[in-house]
Amino acid sequence: MTLLEVDGLCVNYGRIEAIRDVTFAVEEGAVVTLIGANGAGKTTTLKTLSGLRKVRAGAVRFQGKDITAMPAHLRVPLGISQSPEGRRIFPGMSVLENLDMGAFSRADRVKTRSADLERVFTLFPRLEERREQLAGTMSGGEQQMLAMGRALMSRPKLILLDEPSMGLAPKLIQQIFSIINDIREQGTTILLVEQNAMQALRIADRAYILETGEIVREGTGDDLVADDSVRAAYLGGDV
Amino acid sequence: MTFLLNNFVELTVTGLVLGAVYGLVALGYTLVYGVLQLINFAHSEVWMFGSFAAVWVTVAIGAGPDSGIAVAIGVLLLALLAAMVVSGAVALLIERVAYRRLIRLDAPKLVTLISAIGASFALAEIMGLRDRLAEALGLRDELNSYVRSARDNTRFLNPLETHGVFNIGRYTVSNVDIIIIVSALVMMVALDQFIRRTHTGRGIRAVAQDSEAAALMGVNRNRIIRATFLVGGVMAGAAALLYLMRFGVTRWNAGFLLGVKAFTAAVLGGIGNVRGALLGGFVLGLAENYGSALVGSEWRDVVAFLLLVVILLFRPSGLLGESLGRARA
Ligand SMILES: Nc1ncnc2c1ncn2[C@@H]1O[C@H](COP(=O)(O)OP(=O)(O)O)[C@@H](O)[C@H]1O
Ligand SMILES: [Mg+2]
Repeated sequence: MTLLEVDGLCVNYGRIEAIRDVTFAVEEGAVVTLIGANGAGKTTTLKTLSGLRKVRAGAVRFQGKDITAMPAHLRVPLGISQSPEGRRIFPGMSVLENLDMGAFSRADRVKTRSADLERVFTLFPRLEERREQLAGTMSGGEQQMLAMGRALMSRPKLILLDEPSMGLAPKLIQQIFSIINDIREQGTTILLVEQNAMQALRIADRAYILETGEIVREGTGDDLVADDSVRAAYLGGDV
Repeated sequence: MTFLLNNFVELTVTGLVLGAVYGLVALGYTLVYGVLQLINFAHSEVWMFGSFAAVWVTVAIGAGPDSGIAVAIGVLLLALLAAMVVSGAVALLIERVAYRRLIRLDAPKLVTLISAIGASFALAEIMGLRDRLAEALGLRDELNSYVRSARDNTRFLNPLETHGVFNIGRYTVSNVDIIIIVSALVMMVALDQFIRRTHTGRGIRAVAQDSEAAALMGVNRNRIIRATFLVGGVMAGAAALLYLMRFGVTRWNAGFLLGVKAFTAAVLGGIGNVRGALLGGFVLGLAENYGSALVGSEWRDVVAFLLLVVILLFRPSGLLGESLGRARA
């Protein structure tokens, strides 16, 4: 079943077209990745899916329902959550308070709190050790884990991950990708945006390449890893 | 100098009383600033309307200082309720009329500030011209005559007899002094807990720290903005009653100076910081009293604003710095 359909999406910043006629789909249970250079429009696409940017043309459907004009705060209870670029954790709140914010829109958040926290702490044991720490004082890697854990607290059907490996040491990047795999195995559909193209393609069922606001290639992750022109452009030649 | 030393206790207690009022009004500025990064210039009128609500309730009931403690408490609670309801309602009205559309259009801050200044003048003038307004609305008969007679009702009828409770040195601390300072502290603690522990309070902190990230959590920013105006308004209503218990009289244009002072208190404490608002209020109230004892009471406002300038020169983000969201236990 198709969970998310994006159809001819155009988003502008003033008169600048950030993305143009972007069309793709995310099947339920899949990991789909959107790769592309800096400024290609990846973040704009994810922000638009979360309702933070106005759509100039095109449509977004989630579980068959048109949500193109739905306000951001109503999309979370519907099942879309996001770990945004730059983490955007709440710096003046503790780790626990940040995680609680993730469950803000759930009516049954009090009842399910301990089970939800348990799930996040199993994926990110580091967060449990730091539960009382002020989030703004944590390292970049810990903040990334917190942003992802926070996004899971709403029990999303679809989680949008914007460059979760940005600025992290290689060992941490491995860890983050293995956790992304765990999240998929728990049954959450993932739309992953990355500049770290090789890793993203390896884990993805389906991949789209974005170039200056337009989708220029698509295929399975394996297809694109094997493609010479893709390797030359995005994977830094031989990998 | 000798005047300051001889009257130190009195100046301190009355400074704290004044500071408590500044602090409660400052909360409204600081809360709205925390969430919108905008100064709600019309907040002074929120306080002013609350003060009139309290006056009208006490005058309508007409229970004077000889009516007994039970009646006095009842009347004061009723006046408190009226002031909070009216102030809260006026704050919501300001949000609706002067802010909401501009926020939705993402208008420049300067535009929104000017809109708030306009709302402030309009509200003050409406209160000043309320008898003519009643006439224009055709409320000629009973209501108009009531409004006419109420035109001069700016004097609070305090149902509570002021009496001394205990002495510190030569100054007798009164029951009203104690009620004002304790009420302000209680309101502050309640607000602090509200922001820290409740669902809406967490939403307010989240929007203050990162409003886009808050939206990604499912926080409805517009609802949070309304809640912020409402809470700030209710606090200003409480401040209005406490002010009247001490100073006894209000005016349609009394909001301006009090508003500027409360705003000063908010900036002193660190704008956006809830605990800073009360601290800033107390510091300002004390500084005004000590300052005017030293150099003469006609210099009171000069002292207040000089203090603001000096503190900002050395601590640009105020005494407690930090924003609403970042401020923690
Ligand atoms: N807030 C903004 N205002 C104006 N232009 C923007 C803004 N955000 C992004 N852009 C522009 O939109 C384009 C796509 O940016 P973005 O979606 O952030 O790309 P990516 O995430 O792929 O690096 C870029 O040309 C960028 O300069
Ligand atoms: Mg980006």
